[in-house]
Amino acid sequence: MDIIGAPLKRVDAKEKTTGQAKYTGDLVPRNALVAKVLHSTIGNGIVKSFDLTEAWKVPDIVDIVTCFDVPDIQFPTAGHPWSTDKKHQDIADRKLLNTRVRFYGDDIAAVIAENELAAREALRKIKVTYEEFEPVITVEDAMKPTRIPIHEERPDNVVVHSSYEIGSYEEARREPGLIKIEGDYETPIVQHCHIEKALSFAYIESGKIVVVSATQIPHIIRRICSQALGVGFGDIRIIKPYLGGGFGNRQDALTEPLNAFLATRVAGRPVKLEYTREETFNCTRVRHAMKFHIESYVRTDGSFAARSIIAYSNQGAYASHAHALVANAINGFRMMYPVGAIKGEAYTVYTNLPTAGAMRAYGIPQIGFALEAHVDDIVAKTGFDPIEFRKTNMMKLGYVDSLTTITCHSTGLAECIDKGERYLNYTEKRNTYKNQSGPIRKGVGMAIFCYKTGVYPISLETAACRMVLNQDGSFQLQVGATEIGQGADTVFVQMAAHTVGVTVDKVHLISKQDTDVTPYDSGAYASRQTYVSGMAVKKTAESLKAKILDFAGFMLHKDPWDLDIKENFIVHKHKEEHLLSVAEVAIESCYSLTNSQHIAAEESHHCSDNTYAFGVCFAEIEVDIPMCQIKVLDIINVHDSGKIINRQTAEGQVHGGMSMGLGYGLSEILKFDPKTGKMLNGNLLDYKLMTPIDTPDLHADFVETNDPTGPYGNKALGEPPVIPVAPALRNALFNATGVAMDSIPLNPEKLFFAFEHAGLYK
Amino acid sequence: MYDFNTLYEAKTVKEALILRNEHPEALILAGGSDILIKLHEGKLSGCDLINIFGLDQLRGITMEPDGSIIIRPLCSFTDVATHPLILEHIPVLGEAVNQIGGPQIRNIGTIGGNICNGVTSADSASTLKAYDASLELTSVDGIRILPYAEFNFGPGKVDLKQNEILTGIRISKESWEHTYGHYIKYAMRKAMDIATLGCSVNVRLSDDKNTIDRFRIAFGVAAPTPIRSVTAEASANGHALDDELLHMVGEGSLVDVMPRSSWRASKEFRLHLVKELARRATIAAIEKAGGKING
Amino acid sequence: MARKLVSCTVNGTKRHYHIDVRASLSDMLRNEEGLDSIKHGCDVGECGACTVLIDGKPFNSCIYLAIWAEGKSILTVEGLNDVKTGISDIQQAFIDAGAVQCGFCTPGFIMASIPIIESDKPASRDEIRRQVAGNLCRCTGYEKIVDAIEKTQKKRIAERKSSS
Repeated sequence: MDIIGAPLKRVDAKEKTTGQAKYTGDLVPRNALVAKVLHSTIGNGIVKSFDLTEAWKVPDIVDIVTCFDVPDIQFPTAGHPWSTDKKHQDIADRKLLNTRVRFYGDDIAAVIAENELAAREALRKIKVTYEEFEPVITVEDAMKPTRIPIHEERPDNVVVHSSYEIGSYEEARREPGLIKIEGDYETPIVQHCHIEKALSFAYIESGKIVVVSATQIPHIIRRICSQALGVGFGDIRIIKPYLGGGFGNRQDALTEPLNAFLATRVAGRPVKLEYTREETFNCTRVRHAMKFHIESYVRTDGSFAARSIIAYSNQGAYASHAHALVANAINGFRMMYPVGAIKGEAYTVYTNLPTAGAMRAYGIPQIGFALEAHVDDIVAKTGFDPIEFRKTNMMKLGYVDSLTTITCHSTGLAECIDKGERYLNYTEKRNTYKNQSGPIRKGVGMAIFCYKTGVYPISLETAACRMVLNQDGSFQLQVGATEIGQGADTVFVQMAAHTVGVTVDKVHLISKQDTDVTPYDSGAYASRQTYVSGMAVKKTAESLKAKILDFAGFMLHKDPWDLDIKENFIVHKHKEEHLLSVAEVAIESCYSLTNSQHIAAEESHHCSDNTYAFGVCFAEIEVDIPMCQIKVLDIINVHDSGKIINRQTAEGQVHGGMSMGLGYGLSEILKFDPKTGKMLNGNLLDYKLMTPIDTPDLHADFVETNDPTGPYGNKALGEPPVIPVAPALRNALFNATGVAMDSIPLNPEKLFFAFEHAGLYK
Repeated sequence: MYDFNTLYEAKTVKEALILRNEHPEALILAGGSDILIKLHEGKLSGCDLINIFGLDQLRGITMEPDGSIIIRPLCSFTDVATHPLILEHIPVLGEAVNQIGGPQIRNIGTIGGNICNGVTSADSASTLKAYDASLELTSVDGIRILPYAEFNFGPGKVDLKQNEILTGIRISKESWEHTYGHYIKYAMRKAMDIATLGCSVNVRLSDDKNTIDRFRIAFGVAAPTPIRSVTAEASANGHALDDELLHMVGEGSLVDVMPRSSWRASKEFRLHLVKELARRATIAAIEKAGGKING
Repeated sequence: MARKLVSCTVNGTKRHYHIDVRASLSDMLRNEEGLDSIKHGCDVGECGACTVLIDGKPFNSCIYLAIWAEGKSILTVEGLNDVKTGISDIQQAFIDAGAVQCGFCTPGFIMASIPIIESDKPASRDEIRRQVAGNLCRCTGYEKIVDAIEKTQKKRIAERKSSS
């Protein structure tokens, strides 16, 4: 049986169901000190002074560090591979602790104590004097000229403004007979909510600062820590154990740089820095809220003539990934429905809110909502069929994006649409549900998306892998790519086994990353690992296989080129007869008295390609108008992610993304006090992440294409499932009630005002 | 690790009352699903606690010879929701507390804590108010019986004297007999949530099941404390089971409620819900009682 | 700070702890017993990752004082791992169904599901969802978790029927 596509159970599942899997918090040394961060209780201003007198009196306090004590170094936190081109480097706009307070909850001091209670008590006893400015919460306010800039380097609070134009928009929109449709759409600030909180611990060993951290990107964290502390890359060592979810939040330096610094304050004794859930909400990263204005000019034959977008992205207090997300959003806008004349413009703006960073699908859920809501607004206004309209205008095979050169090497999008349509009987139901009356109504909606795989050519794509053969014919597989729950380790094992020619039990995957010994990989983000790191695994497996065959050739006195490995045995190419077992080759190679060789392979892959994954969501809902509630009756995502390496883990990714999409569409939003900028619902009770009983049965299906650029025909899958759900729900609500919502979440209170405005309560 | 100061341990109710008398500033720790959370938030750091969790005398649900049902305060929500006396006579109370949190919270949270917190969103409160419950408040000086209707002063403020402990919740036979109730918790999630609005209705129908013999309705989160709507009740008592009844219950409720806007929900939205929940809970309670609107 | 002797049964073994009265049950079980399956996702009973069974019922061990465990019997996921027979059916079902992703919520979900699989009353998928509604997972959308619990409950009911 082909191992690629086989239903292999997760390689780490047993450890995780038995409690044997050790996460960062399970590895903290017993003698570790406890650090806690003092967060500002104003949203905008300057720390003038601290009174630490009472805090120092707390028994068991070891050290107190304030924003006046940290190195005068500004560093970037975004989890991008470093760019040696200064123009492309991430924005370095924060210190380990900050005197300039930029949001409610900014890190201004830290205490280190023998135990957690002492640390907490000392925090309470620190008195802070601030100079306070009025917080700026909205992009509109932040762009007003009279404000005190949040960062002096950006006097207008605009982090980046960018634009593109292809063809002549002005010319194209003057074509006679066009229908103009425009709309404004808005998405909220939400959060990742990985169940493991943000945490790390750090100590000094053999002169190196070691940080054990729940991160998606150990090699990048090493670079960031070295920059933040002003030490060499090699002076830092990052260890990443099992990780309790990331979703992009941990594609950023969170607790690590400060934790590394704190370890240096106590002569290298282990220091744990674990955020509470509330700190994890407020002081890590959130998804950017975005506002879009979209204009479309449509011909009477149902094709686009010209399209434009203006986007505003609320960055919050620090740059983190900054403009990359909204840039991705307006690029995604262009790619989904290619047209000769199109222009886009985007602003990323600092505000006094928590910092926005990477989150699953990196700007595309935002534009996905806006664009697919807009498409249904178009079909409502023009009378086109929503599926035909999309099929007419969507990206086709061979499309080359003129700005990024990213090419559509494979697409099953039309088949995905057809599969979803058939599953839900969408077209028929959509017609049936038009013009309903009464308090309870049903509706169907759908939305499509495209998503590129990895970050090439916007950013570097590189990965490495190592395999070391054991004397029994098994081997260690070591990758810099990280398992964060998505199942990467499992598919890497499948890839390695398939390419070497052994059964999966011969592959011993080393799940933990340690930057001192693990090959480089930028980490888990951009749905890149099966595509980019997968190619590194493939190349390494080919190299290992060649070395095994070389030695087998030596043993058999045959030309290695005539040999192959099939299911743990050396065979003649295209023949079944077992000549030797891989185990026999392995043990001989190790202990040969005449020709001992220690077979290992290590390859890196510089990726200079990209490809699009696609998919759809179809949803059927029931709306209780007086109760302002939406019930999801049926929902399916169908994905073209190329060849599916492991159907079960792939379904798991789709289900998880759908669940996150349901929350995005229906209930999740972080709320802030408009006066202070203080987060109001930063806990798992008040933030409405869906519980099991709120989640309907989820259906996942695939259209498998064979992408010529993917190592095994595969394309992005990890992030995409979240994208189409919210717009599909919004479009279903539109079908059910005739109310076209322009923002999410579609939570009851918002529905109440919308229904009232639409006259549904008369 | 919780940063409270002293934990006073009571082994009997009597000991608890003495401790309470000696340490009036100490908080009573029952199931902890409120206090331990506030400690985590840093709100009660350094407080003293009187631990009554182990007092099994304060657990259990019984029927008195006069038919009153007594619920002891340390009953967990699960205890209440699964107790045969509740299931038989006041199932709506079980249904209400079964909507609190999730299974783990219902196993630890106590009905006494739910009442003594004095929060308007307490899921047991509107039903107990609607059943005219009375509270047994005990101190070293003796027992005080107080109608629950008079217990709440304001958000988080209740008429529990500094030396008192809630030792029983009583629902008289007159209140539950031939009476059928329905509770609607309106929240953003179906579990692990705080009510945006709660509405508990109970009805006793005429023998022919054509009119309301007695109507009671109470709300949570419709005012700073859980409240009854006397206007709705007055207009419903004796009324036929028709659309007008539903209309009057809704309008009557609006007279008595005074919801506030908060970041959780606006006043306008809550007022809308008051009417709709009153209507739906009334219909459901009447149906449970064997009646039918416009039947 | 005051300490107290707590005697309880942990995963079938009688244990005695001289414990700080301010400790939570999860603190005690992790620090004294190394039962690392108990995860802290919120510390306030909102995520269910620290769920253990106390006398057969699920509790959030993060908001349960360690001293309350006196005389009680506590079960964690480690208690389901039998050195002779390997892992339990519910753990295996989580593996087989693909109900595990990052794994951080998994032990809590498994413990919360035990009352369901031990019940003779078949639970619908909605009832299963309701009974594990005190546990949050961000990876799986709960679909395969419900699959695993449903399958195990059916299997157990069938086994009990055939043996009786």
